[in-house]
Amino acid sequence: MTHRSFLRPAVSLCALLALGVVGLAAFPAQQPPATPPSQGQAREGIGTITSASGGKPKLAVPDFLAATPDAESKAIAATIGQVLWADLDFEREFYMLPRDTYASIPVPASIDAMPFDRWKELGAEGIVIGTVRKTGTGVTVQVRLFNVASQTAAFSKEYSGTAANPRIFAHTISDEIHKQQRNLNGVARTKLTFSSDRDGERMKGTIYSRGVKEIYIADYDGANPRRITVNRSLNINPVWSSDGKAIAYTSYRRNNFPDLFIQRIYDGTPPESPAHGTDRIHNFLPAWSPDGTKIAFMTNRDGNQEIYVMDANGSNPRRITRHPGIDATPTWSPAGNQIAFTSDRSGSPQIYIVDADGLGQPQRITTDESWADRATWSPAPNNEIAYAARSGPGFDIKIYDVAGRATRTLTNGEGSNESPAFSPTGRHLAFTSTRAGNEQIFVVGRDGNGVKQITKEGRNFTPNWSR
Amino acid sequence: MPRHRITVLFLAIALAAGGAGSACKKNRPPVARPTPPPPDTDLNAGRPPAPPEPVTEAPPVSVPPEPTVSSADMGSLDEINKKGVLAPVFFEFDSTEMSSEGQAVLAKNAETMKQYPTWVVSIEGHCDERGTAEYNLALGERRALSVRQYLVSLGVAAERLRTVSYGKEFPFDPGHGEQAWSHNRRANFVVTAK
Repeated sequence: MTHRSFLRPAVSLCALLALGVVGLAAFPAQQPPATPPSQGQAREGIGTITSASGGKPKLAVPDFLAATPDAESKAIAATIGQVLWADLDFEREFYMLPRDTYASIPVPASIDAMPFDRWKELGAEGIVIGTVRKTGTGVTVQVRLFNVASQTAAFSKEYSGTAANPRIFAHTISDEIHKQQRNLNGVARTKLTFSSDRDGERMKGTIYSRGVKEIYIADYDGANPRRITVNRSLNINPVWSSDGKAIAYTSYRRNNFPDLFIQRIYDGTPPESPAHGTDRIHNFLPAWSPDGTKIAFMTNRDGNQEIYVMDANGSNPRRITRHPGIDATPTWSPAGNQIAFTSDRSGSPQIYIVDADGLGQPQRITTDESWADRATWSPAPNNEIAYAARSGPGFDIKIYDVAGRATRTLTNGEGSNESPAFSPTGRHLAFTSTRAGNEQIFVVGRDGNGVKQITKEGRNFTPNWSR
Repeated sequence: MPRHRITVLFLAIALAAGGAGSACKKNRPPVARPTPPPPDTDLNAGRPPAPPEPVTEAPPVSVPPEPTVSSADMGSLDEINKKGVLAPVFFEFDSTEMSSEGQAVLAKNAETMKQYPTWVVSIEGHCDERGTAEYNLALGERRALSVRQYLVSLGVAAERLRTVSYGKEFPFDPGHGEQAWSHNRRANFVVTAK
């Protein structure tokens, strides 16, 4: 959890502003990672809201109240209510009552005037009530989660920050409600990175008129997209570092050959190319080890495509696969002791697992696929590997249970679905799909439910989820 | 060596044109086009009739008008590439093997590259959209490398041949049928220096 504290977004602000990019909401950077940035912890409520039916507790999130009467406070209050509802809905731990069903129930300024009978009538078992107050330095947001049955606050906190990004208030509240009510690490403050042609630029210095792809980041729900590469070349397969401060990707930015680049996105420093590619030695498809100390990648340095591992600073490169066929697309096991990858050594692309030291014989795990690629190992505690499998004219996302050796299908032939990436809790996946027409980023629960389109602008590819 | 042959070839053509008449000369200011040096002309005139083979074997572009400007003869790199002087080679689905047709194309490309020994060529490996984005990067590279190897076996210097894989990033045909796919599974040639 420490990595999703306010510490990081606050640090990010300075760097993003230095880059000339819109900043994130600034919360006190001095907060120790484990401490929530609220100031009203003494009033933290107790008790878990449960459902009388035994199912998911039914929650309502009416619009937050603007305690200061200006338009900005009202806009912030409206945004927080909407985004918080969507954040709580995303984890599917609560049954979120549709917001239009209670638009007419007044939200009182005082708890004493709360019309609990009307909420009970609606079926709500919990209500999230909040106020937004502008202060000299920014915004203060008070939030309470009321247990309708006991008419007491189960959760009560106050947050302060800038008005620059109201959504971060909602994301923080959602994560803390999930933690307090369900002992769950929510992902509302995580981010996605992906490759996109949304700016419609053309490659420079090439014979053919070819569109560029650049690397972008966005909130986990697709909001606040920001471009992080500006080189008018092909930039693909971005992956987050484990500390969430850097992105590694494949780029043709230097003399039009593919190499790995690491960009510290909040520092504004030039990207590094630790694999030291040349116009002969090409490096692709970086994958950070879970502890962030190593990078696995594909390279042609031995005359054909092999998996290599190097230290994150580029030193100590060592060969992991030894086969005249193609070995591509590595991913690390959660403990960092194994690597899954794609190989065509059997005649078609299939997924194999090998020890991360390269010793031992690779074990093939896909047996019923005509084409399997982009293995992505789930973070703990689920020991499973997602991959794209050819099915009919396109691909579907499947998940292989490593211990049980069983495979299940996550998508069902709606468009072509590729490039799965797990959320940091392993409860969701992001992937590329053509189901909406052209390539877009979608997310889905690991049970295959809750599909949601994340991007709409341009075409968007190969998502990766911050840890 | 090849440049000399081209020079000789040009002179043969120039002589033939001169002997046939001077109609075209009327359209041109005489000063704009330096005549070939007389010693060469004499040398060439003393030879037996020019062999016909080099004419048919010449690259499918105009012969340099002057030895002194031969480096600009084909136009800019852009023009050379737009003309498609080096033809692409096509592949089967998920395959890096060259057909006999592809081998013939490469033999011709090798010949052209020998005629223009200063050319540096980038071999682009491309795939169709039916493969995954990641694996296709490897497949495209393998296609490019196998074409490079074949050209080297035909005597083209390895250091003149670069490879780059674009996977399925830049389809030549945006369609979604077999015709488009077969068009997009290719090794494409781009002259990057001359």
